[in-house]
Order: sequence, then structure tokens, then C-alpha cells
Amino acid sequence: MSEENRILKFHIFRYNPQKKGDKPRMVTYEVTEAPGMTIFIALNDIREHQDPSLQFDFICRAGICGSCGMVINGGPDLACRTLTSKFEDGEITLLPLPGFELIGDLSVNTGKFMRAMSERVESWIHDVNADDVNYNQLEERMDPDVMDEIYELERCVECGCCISACATKRMRPDFLSAVGFMRLARFYLDPRDKRTDEEFYEIIGDDDGVFGCMTLLGCEDYCPKDLPHQTQIAFLRRKMALIK
Amino acid sequence: MNIIYTDSLIIGGGLAGLRVAIAAKQRGYESIVLSLMPAKRSHSAAAQGGMQASLGACIKGDGDDEDVHFADTVKGSDWGCDQDVARMFVNTAPKAIRQLSAWGVPWSRVRAGDRDVVINGKKVTITEKKEAQGLITARDFGGTKKWRTCYTSDGTGHTMLYAMDNKAIQMEIPVHERKEAIALIHEDGVCHGAIVRDLVTGELIAYVAKATTIATGGYGRLYSVSTNAVISEGIGTAIALETGVATLGNMEAVQFHPTAIVPVGILTTEGCRGDGGLLLDKDGYRFMPDYEPDKKELASRDVVSRRMTEHMRKGKGVPSRYGDHLWLDITLLGREHIEKNLREVKEICEYFLGIDPVKEYIPVRPTQHYSMGGVRTKATGESPTLKGLFSAGEAACWDMHGFNRLGGNSVAETVVAGMIVGEYVADHCASHSLNVSTSTVEHFLKREEGKIADLLTRDYGENPFQLKAEMQKIMMDKVGIFRNGEDLEKAVEELKLLNKRAKKIALRNRISSANPELVEAIRVPKMIKLAQCVAYGAMLRTESRGAHAREDYPERNDRDWLKRTLVTWKDDEADLPEIFYEDLDVMKMEMPPGSRGYGVDNTVHHPDTEKRVAEIEGIKKANPTADRHEMQELLNPIEIPEKFKGKNERIGRGYN
Repeated sequence: MSEENRILKFHIFRYNPQKKGDKPRMVTYEVTEAPGMTIFIALNDIREHQDPSLQFDFICRAGICGSCGMVINGGPDLACRTLTSKFEDGEITLLPLPGFELIGDLSVNTGKFMRAMSERVESWIHDVNADDVNYNQLEERMDPDVMDEIYELERCVECGCCISACATKRMRPDFLSAVGFMRLARFYLDPRDKRTDEEFYEIIGDDDGVFGCMTLLGCEDYCPKDLPHQTQIAFLRRKMALIK
Repeated sequence: MNIIYTDSLIIGGGLAGLRVAIAAKQRGYESIVLSLMPAKRSHSAAAQGGMQASLGACIKGDGDDEDVHFADTVKGSDWGCDQDVARMFVNTAPKAIRQLSAWGVPWSRVRAGDRDVVINGKKVTITEKKEAQGLITARDFGGTKKWRTCYTSDGTGHTMLYAMDNKAIQMEIPVHERKEAIALIHEDGVCHGAIVRDLVTGELIAYVAKATTIATGGYGRLYSVSTNAVISEGIGTAIALETGVATLGNMEAVQFHPTAIVPVGILTTEGCRGDGGLLLDKDGYRFMPDYEPDKKELASRDVVSRRMTEHMRKGKGVPSRYGDHLWLDITLLGREHIEKNLREVKEICEYFLGIDPVKEYIPVRPTQHYSMGGVRTKATGESPTLKGLFSAGEAACWDMHGFNRLGGNSVAETVVAGMIVGEYVADHCASHSLNVSTSTVEHFLKREEGKIADLLTRDYGENPFQLKAEMQKIMMDKVGIFRNGEDLEKAVEELKLLNKRAKKIALRNRISSANPELVEAIRVPKMIKLAQCVAYGAMLRTESRGAHAREDYPERNDRDWLKRTLVTWKDDEADLPEIFYEDLDVMKMEMPPGSRGYGVDNTVHHPDTEKRVAEIEGIKKANPTADRHEMQELLNPIEIPEKFKGKNERIGRGYN
């Protein structure tokens, strides 16, 4: 049972931009490990018992909402479903996701980025008749297999891990990156969306779009939902290369 | 003083809030949505299993329609619901789901031909009709006569919320993120908006609007173990209570879900049982058929949760260091089915339990899950006592769930209520002009500033995290799945003390901008008040109805308790809320009280029940040629916004 009572060391990035004169620094907190402990549980423990000013975001704490992306021992991941038992030496370093505006400590503004992304790729069904559908009558029939495929691509939770794992994004601030490509791939596949290849090209047919991707595939490696980024980027790139 | 004006202010960015905003915007009214975080992170995303709508396309849904859905919903509510609202709801749900389909939700579809399913522990082959190919399909859920729960794998809430938020983005509806409404602005029985705190800068902003809608979800986090997101703290409901004018309804009606994983309380969807999963005890014995031979694992949630607890009390639970639990066995569904239709469940098992549910049983026990109570509204969604205040979704007691909600009726309510209430919000914007003096706005802003200043300057006092933990423990231990007078009395007394202590919170981190301790200090006193409403209401209701189960009063007592609990908190200094009741009128019910069909029926009947049954018989005899639509009109004429009045088409039966 001794292993269950080991002391974990959390090295956490601290900086509050709202506080005048505050400087970025790393602070170490010690937490007694409990069975089944996740980083969610540990951070709450720290906040409740050691430092009430510690900022971080959790909502569903079940790996569903995507709010708790952070860099955990060097790799971006969802903190809520990361068990502390995974770290053999009990040393855990937490940093906020790079590539997003910092709110404070481990909290970043993914919302602002993701809304802009949705606006940029116009992430909705484009169909001039969509608003005239008569909802009293039978819905449009769809191929069950196509619907399953769309769901496979729609499982993104906008956690931002792909952005943080993307070197191109770091060098090129306007790069749309994996989350945007995946969203677009989802609509590209959807027969309800009537956009043409040319219209998709307008959105992603340049260096800030799919042609800027350097295929380093951090997105694929770090996506907590195991989305097929590599396949989709390759697919879109091939499709777009055939235009013009 | 920063004042933002709009027509329609919506507090809460989940499915209900976004849908209300869309409705108002479609009618030309400016809408602003306030959200604690990005809207797509709302708790709506966590709904896994699906949304009920009586489309009747899949073979096991054959014969389904609004009437069957209505009967299931009323029975599920243990006759505690508002039947007018349940009617509006079931008639609109098919339209809601079809609209969402046009907006991009990839609903799973019917695949014609044979397929293997597990029913009652056995593999059987069912054959989907050829003509249903490609229509929206459905799965089985508890308490429903037909397979009616439409879904996308087990990520239904996610796909619905993403489609809804994308629609809002397309319509250029602003979502003001990381903003928390901490008080409502009101005067002379009219609501004019809210005082809102920016969670990053700490700035207080007044949002002034013609119509204000509370859509902040449930209050599950009053309990220490809940399936709810950590933001489901009931703050929207609490600020309505704190007006002293708006009333809350049925706050004691709190649902426990049978299958949350142990110990963390994360949900595994009812779809697990709907798709054929079984509940087993420590001996690997399937016990539900002993208690509920008819419905077994698919009885209503409140019933299954109680039967599980009963069984564990008999010593049949699996002992663990976190207390007893039972097993959920989905291994019989097979890998292919689990990886496709129960994929979130699989991920949750892998990450949090380190098990593979394809091969191993899942440790589960009943856990707080849903709040039937909330801001009391009329069928229009407006508060009966505070004009211009609306509420929709789990935050509201619109009251289609009564004392127990059926699985799949929750995400359905968010969207359907959003549609219906949204129309009434737009009507309100059309017929009212904004008439509020800036000094009123300033009064509320100053009041909230003062409260925050007190928190930041008090030298010694209570720790908000500590108070919250104590409250959550009281609720879990004494206001839980089975209740009794003695424990409830203790809970009420202990919460009174917590309420007093909550007036003296002091902070260790005294900054007014982004400060999680301050956020907690603002919320906790509000949460304790809500907890008092729940505990006090539960203590006074001396009967068992739906999820409210009193060990000392096991009968459902229609004679004395066929009524809705209302609660207000007029005097902020009082240490208890005021509770009163409104009768449910049996003589207006389309479906008079009867048996739910579980265990022994020990209902104490209402004197009007027999009268109403006879009256309905009379109406039926006098109108032998009336079809079901005409009959419903005769028995229970309802108001419904014009655009949702049309009949719903179904395969093989047209609009009948």
C-alpha cells in the first residue's frame, strides 16, 4: 500500500497577467497520492488546501468537453483523465497550452480561437434551402454509413492539443491547423453541405491552409480523441491540389 | 458604469440557451448569450445516450407517436408533471429532431434488413423495414413503450451542441464567454437583465434586456458525488431565488442515475442497458428481474436506482474501498457494438478504471444526476411572478418531468423548450419596450460591488471550499436517494447553520480579478440557499413520488400531495425559504393519475381521479368518430406557437 501514499511533486507554471508586476515562474506543490487520482483531483486538492489562487479549467472532468488541455510532462493532453499513477517517479510538470492567449496559470483562452476558426471555415451546413425545410414531414434520408463516418470526424472536442503540438502553427500564426482541417473535412463529407470544391479551396487552398502543413503530425500524435488527422489532411490536400 | 443593452439576454450557453437565442434572433431580436466558458463546453455535450422523439422509423419504434410518448412521460413523472407542457413537448419533439438534422446533426440512421440485437440478455435478430432505410433510427431506453431515443453513437449531446452552436455562429449571435451572472436586475415585479461578473478581469457589467432567460442547467453539484459537470452548480436558479420575487418549483425532485462509475461518478449512458447491458450483483447474479419482472433493467431511472440500493442493503453489493457497488455487464454486446455505439463509455472505462468493458464488468452505483426542479415557469417559459424573466432547460421547472425524468427526455427538453420558450421570448420582445432607470441598474451594481468588497476586505472568516464540502456531504448523506423525516430535519438544521456561516466568508487571495477563490465565495452562499430549498421541500413532502422516496411515507399520496412545491426567499436575512404549494388540477388532466406499473401500487388516490376518469369515458363515448388528434383537443386543448402546430409525418402512416 506504500505506493498509494507516495508524495507527488507538481511543478506548475504560475503567472497572472491581471496582476501588476507578476512574473512567470514555476512553483512546486506536494500532494499525497490517492487511489485513482487524476490531475483534475490533484489540482483541486492544491487549490482547496494550498493555494486558492491557482487557475485552471475543468468542466466535465470526464474527457468529453475538452476544457482541460494542458502540457503534461512535455506533451499536450487532457488533464481530467490523466491518472497520476501513470508517472512512475511522481514528478509532474504542468504548463498551459502554447498557441493560445493566456488567461492565467494553466488556463488559456481556447474559446476565442475556436470561435474564430468556426467563423473562418464557416462551420455550418451550406444549403440555401436549409431554412425552408418543412419539419413536419419525413426527414431527408441519409446513408447510415455516411452518417457514421461524419460522426467519426465530428468527435473533436476543441481541446486545442493539436494546435499546441503543431510546429507550423507556432511559426505561422494564421495557419488554420488540424482542428480547422478536421472541421472542414467533416463538412466536406456531409452531403447536406452543398459547397463546391472551389468554395472549399477558397478557405484552405493556400499556405495558411492545407498547403502550409509540414506533415510533422504532432496533431495526430497528441489528439486525445485519436482523430485521423493525417488521413484527413492528406485527403484535403489531394482534393485541393486538383483545383485550378 | 458599463451597461450593455440587448433585446434578449440569455444566461447559459448550452443547448437550451443557444436555442432560445436562435429563436429570438430569427424573429429579428438582438440576443446575447452569457457563458461561463466556450459554449461548446457546456454540460449539454455530456449527454451520451440520446434524444427522445416519436419518429417511429425503426422497427421497434413501429406504432410510436405523440400519444405514446405523452403517456410514457406522464407516467415517468409519476403524475407530477404539467400535462399541458408534456403535450407541447411531445408534439414538438419530432420537429426539433428533424430541424437539427437539417442543421447538421449526423443522427444514426436505419439500415434496412436483419440485424442482431440483445434483448433481455439474449441475442435476437430484428428486421428493419426496407422503406425505412436512411431515416433517423432509435434505441431503447428505460420507461418507454417504444424504441424512441434517437442518437449519434453515444455522443448525442456533443453532436447536438456543436450543430446548435455552429448555427448560432452562422447567425452571428454573440456569446460572451467567461462571464457569470451574479444577480438579476428587477423592479416592481419586472426583470430587466443581470449584473454580470467578468471572470477574467473581475469587472462588473450590467446587461440590460427586455427579456432575460435563465438556461444555466441543473444543480447537481449540491451533492458530493454527481454525474454533472463541475459548473452545474445551479447559480442561475439561485439568482432567480435571490430576487425574492421569482419562485422555484419542485426543488426536492432530484434524480439519481443508476449507472455512474465508482468512485468518480462519471456517467455511463442508459444506452448501455437500452442496448442490452445487464446489472449484476457480487455473485454475478442478475437481480433486476426479481424486483421488476416486467421492465427489469429498463424500469424508470428512479426505480432502478432504488432497487439497486435495496439490493446492496441486503448485502449483495460488491465491497470496495469506496463502499459497495454493483456491476454493469455490457460484455454480451460484443466488441463491434461497444466500439461503435458505446465508444465514450469504452474510453471512460479505459481511462478512469483501467478496464476493457468488452471483457470486464463496469463498477457502478446510483449517483446524483438530474434536477427536475428549477425556476418555476408558466407553459410559455415565463416566471409567473417576475415578468420578463424566462427559463428553459434543466434550470427551469417548466415541468414536463414532474418528479422523475425519463432518459432521453432531457436533451429533448433543452431543444424543444428552447424552440417554444424562444418564440414566447420573441413575442415578449415584440410587445414590450425597455423601460428601466439607470439608477435602478446602478443600485444593483453597487449592491453587488459592496458584497464583493466585503469578501475582499474581511480579515477572518469562513473558507468557501470548506463550506461547500460540508454542504455537499449533508446533501449526499441526508437528502439522497432514500429519505426520511429524521435525517431531513437534521439536514435542514445543519444547512441553516451553514447559511449563517456563509455570511462570513473571508478570502486568502484578495484580488478582484481572475480569482477562483472569489468565484467560489460568490457561489457558495447561493448554493447553500438552493440546498435549503431542496432539503426543506423534501422534509415537508410526506409522500413518495418519482425520485422523491420517503422511507417513512412510501405511498404516493395524490389525495394530499398532488401539488407542485413552490419556494421563494423574500427576506435575505431569513434562515429558511418560504414554501407553498399549487394544486395540479386532476379535472384538467388528459391522463388522470394511475399506476406506473412498478411493484405494488400503494397510491392514495385523489377524490377527483375517479370523476375525471368517468368524464373522459363520457367524452370518448360522445365522440366515437374523433381521431386521436381531435380527441386530444377535446381532452386537453393546449396553446402552442403557431409554427409548431402541424401534425408530424411518420413512415407508413402519413400525418395520422
